[in-house]
Amino acid sequence: MQTLGRRAHPGTPAMLPAMIESKSLTKRYGGRAAVQDVSFSCHAGTVTGFLGPNGAGKSTTLKMLCGLTPPSAGTATVLGSPFANLTNPGLRVGVLIDASAMHSGRTGRETLSVSASLLGVRRGRVDEMLELVGLDSSAANKRVGQYSLGMRQRLGIAHALLGDPEALILDEPANGLDPEGMRWMRGLLTDFAGRGGTVLLSSHLLHEVEAIADRLIIIAGGRIVGEGTADELLGGGPRTLVRARDVHGLRLALREADVSFTDGAHDELLVEATADDVGDVALCGGVALSELRDARDGGLEQLFFSLTSNGSDEPSKEV
Amino acid sequence: MSAVMTPTPTAERTVPAAAHDDRRLSMARLTQVELRKMFDTRSGFWLPIAVGIVALGTVLITVLTGPNENHTFTHVFGNALIPTAILLPLIGVLLVTGEFSQRTALTTFTLVPSRARVMVAKLAASVVCSLVALVFCLAVAALATAIHPATGAGAWTLHAVLLPQAFLYLATGMITGVAFGAALLVSAPAIVIYLLLPTIWSALSNSISALEGPSDWLDASNTLDPMVRHGLGTTDWLQAGATLALWMALPLAIGWWRVMRRDVG
Repeated sequence: MQTLGRRAHPGTPAMLPAMIESKSLTKRYGGRAAVQDVSFSCHAGTVTGFLGPNGAGKSTTLKMLCGLTPPSAGTATVLGSPFANLTNPGLRVGVLIDASAMHSGRTGRETLSVSASLLGVRRGRVDEMLELVGLDSSAANKRVGQYSLGMRQRLGIAHALLGDPEALILDEPANGLDPEGMRWMRGLLTDFAGRGGTVLLSSHLLHEVEAIADRLIIIAGGRIVGEGTADELLGGGPRTLVRARDVHGLRLALREADVSFTDGAHDELLVEATADDVGDVALCGGVALSELRDARDGGLEQLFFSLTSNGSDEPSKEV
Repeated sequence: MSAVMTPTPTAERTVPAAAHDDRRLSMARLTQVELRKMFDTRSGFWLPIAVGIVALGTVLITVLTGPNENHTFTHVFGNALIPTAILLPLIGVLLVTGEFSQRTALTTFTLVPSRARVMVAKLAASVVCSLVALVFCLAVAALATAIHPATGAGAWTLHAVLLPQAFLYLATGMITGVAFGAALLVSAPAIVIYLLLPTIWSALSNSISALEGPSDWLDASNTLDPMVRHGLGTTDWLQAGATLALWMALPLAIGWWRVMRRDVG
C-alpha cells in the first residue's frame, strides 16, 4: 500500500510557526452562526484536510482566511499576517475557492494569462501550469464555459499554482475529478507539501482527504468537532485485518512474534500491528496471506459520520 | 523528509521560496489588466465591433444624406460621438457586473484584496478606453468627411475646445457605465436600466410640462450632448455638472458602497 499521506512526522510540532492560522473565527449571518469559534493551524510541510458535510461552514471559514468575507469575530493569518496585508498575495498563497467562479467567456489560457500579468510572473509560466495540470492546447484555447467541472478544477489548481506560492488554500478541489484526476491531485499536493509547502484543502468526502491529509480537521454545524491525525482521531495504535487459509498457522506465527490479535468474523484476525509488520510476521511463519488491510479505514468513516451526523447540516442557531 | 513516490512535476520550485517579487501591485499594472479584461471575453470581442459598426454607419449616413451644412467634419465628428457614448459604456457595465455575474470577483479580490484599488483601476481603464474611442471617432469622421465633404469653407475645421469636451463626454459616459454596473452588479438589469432610465426620463420630461425645468439640468440629451457641438458656457457647464451628479456620481457612490461591502462567493 502506498502510504502517501502518512508521513514520518505528521504531527504538529508546537515550535514550528503556523503558516495558516485561524483563531476563534466566527461568522454570523443575522442571528445565525455559520461558523462558530473555529481555531486551527496548518504547518509547513503538511497537508491539512478540512472535512465536513455540505453547509458545515468550510467555505465560509476558507473565505475568511482569504479576506473575502469579514469575520464577525476572531482573526485569521496566512504566512504570519492577515491575508489582505500580504503585498502580492498571489505570489505567496495559491487560492482556489470555487472552480465554477471563472468567466465562461474567457478561454482557459486567457484566464491564467490575466492573472499571470497581474502577478507579474514570467511568460511561459502559464503554459507550464497548463501542462502541469494536463490541459492540452486545444483544451486551453476553449472557453471556460465549455469546460467540465473536472477541467475547471484542473484550471483552478493551475491558477492557484501560478504565483509559485508557499501555501495552498483549496476548497473542494477534488470535486468533479475522476479517480485518475484525484490520484493526480494527491500526488501533486503531497509533493508540494513534501517540498515544504503548506496545504489546506476542504472536502465533504472523507475518502478524498484521508489519503492525502496528514491531519484532519472535522467541522460540523460551524464548529470543530474533531482534529488530529487519523491515528489520533481513532485513538490507539495500528490495527490490521488479516486473513489466511492457514488461520491456525497465522495465529501461531503471531503468538511467536508476540503480536496481540483477536479473532474477527469470517476467519479474519484483527491484529494490533501495521500491515507491514503483519506481512513480515507471516513471512517468518511461512504462512501465505489471502487478505491484508488496514482495519481503521472503516473506523475513520464511522467516526466521521458519528461526529458530523448530529443534525449538523443545519448550522447552529446560537448568537 | 518524506517518502514521496510521485514524479516531481516540472516547473515548480522548492518551497520555501528564495526572494519573491513582493512589490505592491502598481496601479498601472492593475489598469492594464482591467483593460485586458474588457476585451478578452466573448462580449468583450463583439461589443467594440458593434460600437465601431454603429459609429461608422452613423457617419456614412450623415455625409451621404441630409443638408450640406451637416457634412462638415465638426458635425460628422459629433454624430460619431453620440452613439459611441451610448454603446461604449456597456463595456464599462460588463467590466463590473462580469465580476459578480461570472463570480470572477472571487479571484480578483483574492489577488488584489483592496477592492478600492480594483475599482480605481476599472475607472482608469475606462478613461483609457474612452481615449481610444475618441481617436476612433476622429478617424471615422475624417474618413466620412473625405468621402463627401461639405462644399464651401469650413468643411474641415474643428474647434479646439471640442476635443477635450468630446473626451470628457466619452469618459463620463464610460464612468457612468461602470457606475451602473457597480450599483446593480448583475449584467442584464444593469444594461437595461442604464439604457432605459435616461430615455424614459427624456420621454417624460418632453411630455410633462412640469418636468421641463428640471430636464434643462438633468436630461443628458439637453445638457451633455451639446459638449460635442460647441464650446460650453458657464450655465452649460453647471447644467452638465448637475446631470453628471445625478446620472454618474450618484450611481457610482451607491455602486462603490455595494462593491466594498458585497460578500463575494
